[in-house]
Amino acid sequence: MEVMPKWAEVTLVPLISLLLAAILSALVILAIGEDPIAAVNLMVTGALGSTYGWGYTLYYATNFLFTGLAVSVAFHAGLFNIGGEGQAMLGGLGVALACLLIPWPHWTLALLGAAGAAALFGAAWAAIPAFLQAKRGSHIVITTIMFNFIGAAVLNYVLVNLMRPAGSMDPATARFPETTHLPTLHDILAPIGINFSKSAPANVTFLIALLACVLVWFLLWRTWLGYEIRSYGKSEPAAKYGGISPTAITMIAMLISGGLAGLMAINNVMGEAERLVLNAVEGAGFIGIAVALMGRSHPFGVLLAAILFGFLYQGGAELALWTSIPRELIVVIQALVILFTGALDNMVRMPLERLFLMMRRRNA
Amino acid sequence: MSGSDTSGRQETAAPAIELQGISKAFGPVQANKDISIRVMPGTIHGIIGENGAGKSTLMSILYGFYKADKGEIFIAGKKTDIPDSQAAIAAGIGMVFQHFKLVENFTVLENIILGAEDGGLLTPSLAKARKTLLELEHEYGLNVDPDAVIEELGVGMQQRVEILKALYRQADILILDEPTGVLTPAEADQLFRILDRLREEGKTIILITHKLREIMEATDTVSVMRRGEMTATVKTKDTSPAELAELMVGRKVLLRVDKKPAVPGDVVLDIKDLHVVDDKGVERLKGIDLQVRAGEIVGIAGVAGNGQSELLEVLGGYADATGEIRVNGQPLDLSGKHSDGRSRRARGIAHVPEDRQREGLIMDFSAWENTAFGYHRDQDYQSGVLLNNAAIRADTEAKMERFDVRPPNPGLAAKNFSGGNQQKIVLAREIERNPDLLLVGQPTRGVDIGAIEFIHQQIVALRDKGKAVLLVSVELEEILALADRVAVMFDGHIMGERMSAETDEKELGLLMAGVGN
Repeated sequence: MEVMPKWAEVTLVPLISLLLAAILSALVILAIGEDPIAAVNLMVTGALGSTYGWGYTLYYATNFLFTGLAVSVAFHAGLFNIGGEGQAMLGGLGVALACLLIPWPHWTLALLGAAGAAALFGAAWAAIPAFLQAKRGSHIVITTIMFNFIGAAVLNYVLVNLMRPAGSMDPATARFPETTHLPTLHDILAPIGINFSKSAPANVTFLIALLACVLVWFLLWRTWLGYEIRSYGKSEPAAKYGGISPTAITMIAMLISGGLAGLMAINNVMGEAERLVLNAVEGAGFIGIAVALMGRSHPFGVLLAAILFGFLYQGGAELALWTSIPRELIVVIQALVILFTGALDNMVRMPLERLFLMMRRRNA
Repeated sequence: MSGSDTSGRQETAAPAIELQGISKAFGPVQANKDISIRVMPGTIHGIIGENGAGKSTLMSILYGFYKADKGEIFIAGKKTDIPDSQAAIAAGIGMVFQHFKLVENFTVLENIILGAEDGGLLTPSLAKARKTLLELEHEYGLNVDPDAVIEELGVGMQQRVEILKALYRQADILILDEPTGVLTPAEADQLFRILDRLREEGKTIILITHKLREIMEATDTVSVMRRGEMTATVKTKDTSPAELAELMVGRKVLLRVDKKPAVPGDVVLDIKDLHVVDDKGVERLKGIDLQVRAGEIVGIAGVAGNGQSELLEVLGGYADATGEIRVNGQPLDLSGKHSDGRSRRARGIAHVPEDRQREGLIMDFSAWENTAFGYHRDQDYQSGVLLNNAAIRADTEAKMERFDVRPPNPGLAAKNFSGGNQQKIVLAREIERNPDLLLVGQPTRGVDIGAIEFIHQQIVALRDKGKAVLLVSVELEEILALADRVAVMFDGHIMGERMSAETDEKELGLLMAGVGN
């Protein structure tokens, strides 16, 4: 039987991990002579205290949702896709090409077209490491990391030499045409009487990310393809015995994963910047790994973890803005959260399991 | 074999090992419950019990891997704490594990001193060890070349190295955990002769096994374990296999398979000149010819690693081969696109793989997910791209009832079932597809005696329905009991075929050792 009840597994373990991360962060803030309680206050009001704050929190969360789902899908196939960063970059290229080259009549069509291009470019960028893994046995962790660098170089070249408007000093594309601008949460919520901040970048992509969550759950737990992906991830010898092709599943899982990472670009490139700039991804590909780890690769867990990291990002930015806590320290806090929720999971889990066992024995 | 002249001495001397009230729990599972046992010096003491009865836990406590929750250990009459394996070695206890702990590319001598080097320099301690080792080999008649590299030695020889390792560390008490699992019958006999010699030299030996025959042949005293408890300790000469089996299981068991003579029909499986070369370029099957007819069980006997696994993998569709295999007269694709598990199943081949935990089941998946495994793209389990989870669950419930899987809970993960019930889940999945050909590898490995009976009955029932069965097992007893015809494999060849009614373990044992006709 399971040692710990399911509810404890999904709620207690991450909550206690978070609490530990928070305590340690508080000590660090104390150590540099700042007030941790004031810091928490500032973070909460900054990230969640206004629709402006929420708008940023959800905008970041949308990015992390896509990259977190991307890592999760690959993870279920036993593949560690560290290349979300590069795949999202290339997704951005797809979005830029779709928005600049095709005269879209309306943003809905532009969204569909750009999403398709983003997924396609992201998937294509994942396809090469996937092929190398499936056919040549080159380890996917190594190749996807390398493809992040190659992706950055490709984007650099394309932006500087090919897509930069003539006369511009900035390595970025031209602004996307008006018809491709996505409605923000302000635009969406205004008709139903909610006055959401106008300047926050959260946009309709957030809803698409939620939809992606549901679809990924459906894929993994309701379709035979998802069943094959999970089977392969749990046991390769069993998959072979069951007639599941390792090559096919490696390719399919990585294409889906790359496609999801690429989709992030409709949020940051199309929804927010409305043009493609260098380093548009801003590390969201890597945060996706932490989000997937913390969310236990389950779409619902990924959703919660993405919102948490969105909060940390936005709250951290507020801290840097209003206090003398340096920016680097915010990275430390984020790192502590990743450390406790991802890497030190067993540190919390084992004592909890022992506790539940003791309780069970006393009841028995 | 129990020497009557030693029994007088046993009564007076302090026991070599005495355990008093040992208890150990892992979570909610009570692995050992209040176990007391006395092992007299200079005897071979057997411990028998089903898988999961707690034998290995008990020995791990004795060897310092686990700490007992309760209870005391006395070595030669002295209360001894054994917190780790160093303490066990210091107390004169040596352990020969089921899976050898040898460094494959080291020589015998290097393996012997590993962890028992004296001084920082290797050369003098090797020279000293060589002298001691040769003395030991001479004293106990355990001849092994000290300079041979382990990976070039046979399994029987490797086991001798393990025994020598223990003796080199001055063990007076030797624990052997399922020592014959990897040996041919002849090698096993040799091992028992070595154990006899060790006993004559005054060593105490604990033999852990689940094979009744070995207990009867080799031991002086036997203790039976069931569900973590010691149910009986008896003198071997005063008991019988039937009584021991009953003590192990807690009820009367049928030790042989009840079956009518086979009525073989048409050839279902026809293998001609089959060759398999593995990833490392080693030829594993060197021209196999074999036929299996409808309504018969053909057993493949042989020591593990002589090509049986490869044969099953090729037939199951996950290894490439050259040669020809026909099923119901139609050739199978042996290399390329259509040699996979799915197309094999479509051809009426069902496969119960040798290693159910690695291949046959996905241990983290629930029973119902496992019941669909391999057949998950069949019409009755699907609706469009979706899995029909409700249908699979219902089917699993029905299968669990028919195969008496306990607990009958389709939502429980495969890893939470006992070995026997895991095997029943696999068997139900494969047999109930009503295949023309059933491949079965090690059907009762790690399965308790009670379930063995049931599993054998199911296989025979399939045969009686006129289906062909190819059985691979390293348990010669099982092959002889179940198969109608036996083919013996050695080094990628079939050494010979016999009708099982007309042969015996001795003849098959010779074939298994590569002694041809």
